[in-house]
Amino acid sequence: METTTIWTVIILLGLGSYAMRFLFIGIVGDRPLPPWLLRHLRYTAVAILPGLVTPLVVWPEATGGQPDPARLGAALVTVLVGWITKNVLAAIFCGAATLYFLLYLTT
Amino acid sequence: MSKETCQSIFFKGVRDAAPFLLVVGPFSVLFGVVATEAGLTIIETVSFSLAVIAGAAQFAALQLMVEDAPTVIALISALAVNLRMAMYSAALTPHLGAAPLWHRALAAYFIVDQSYGLSSLRFEQYPDWSLSQRLAYFWGTVAPICPFWALFTYVGAVIGEELPPWLALDFALPICFLAIIMPMLRTRAHVAAAIVSVFAALIFSFLPYNLGLLVAGLLGMITGAEVERRSDLTQESR
Repeated sequence: METTTIWTVIILLGLGSYAMRFLFIGIVGDRPLPPWLLRHLRYTAVAILPGLVTPLVVWPEATGGQPDPARLGAALVTVLVGWITKNVLAAIFCGAATLYFLLYLTT
Repeated sequence: MSKETCQSIFFKGVRDAAPFLLVVGPFSVLFGVVATEAGLTIIETVSFSLAVIAGAAQFAALQLMVEDAPTVIALISALAVNLRMAMYSAALTPHLGAAPLWHRALAAYFIVDQSYGLSSLRFEQYPDWSLSQRLAYFWGTVAPICPFWALFTYVGAVIGEELPPWLALDFALPICFLAIIMPMLRTRAHVAAAIVSVFAALIFSFLPYNLGLLVAGLLGMITGAEVERRSDLTQESR
């Protein structure tokens, strides 16, 4: 990897990420936003994060993109515990425990 | 206006965000390890975390650089992953938009999954908080997360050596994201948005440059908004 490439990516990605973070809060400010826009924005996190995580669960890179019982099982337990308890740490703990248990069984 | 002091609200933010350090810590250590193994120096690795502060985008960019993808492709993909930051910024604007420009410019840099997620949750829960109380909460959620993002990246870069593969740290991110998502599913509209996003992400995964994620996000948002609009209409007609 070339040093120039690395720094180009770091600097431009940093600037680009900042621009996106600043776009609304910095430029739009406190001008009232239309209700339809706010109604859509309420669902940004629940719309983006599941889409981000699903391919990582179904086609994990660690197994070369092959579905993996241990990772699928861990994801399922995390979702179930999170759904029932609404407790983030409990869900993470149970998910990680399931992952290690299943990895231990399957390898 | 709520009678709580800004200081107590700041520490409420610290307490809410602190548990996430358990997931942010290992994740940033992992980035440090993976980046140095990919051939980045310690300075480059830590600069990466300082400049971008977004795990998924950093991993995406790194992955594409390792694959020798064109720089433009690496940038577009990572920015696409990070486009949610613009949505976070927009979602925080009604709550923090009245702050002075310098304060907004500074806060914008620290908009990450946790500070956005926790802030928007609490701001909806406590609509009577004043601007300074909201800002105090926001900075409270930033304090235990962002400095450690860079610090633990440094730790990972210094460790530099291979972590045992059985740790399966690759799966720290999915488990964390899943655990963060579940408490967010408060209404039918939230659940509908999430389900549409899951299936759309799988269906559109053939799209290059992470565009599938953007399609999934847009479809999820539209679904959530539409379900909310219809349930509002049903309530009004009763």
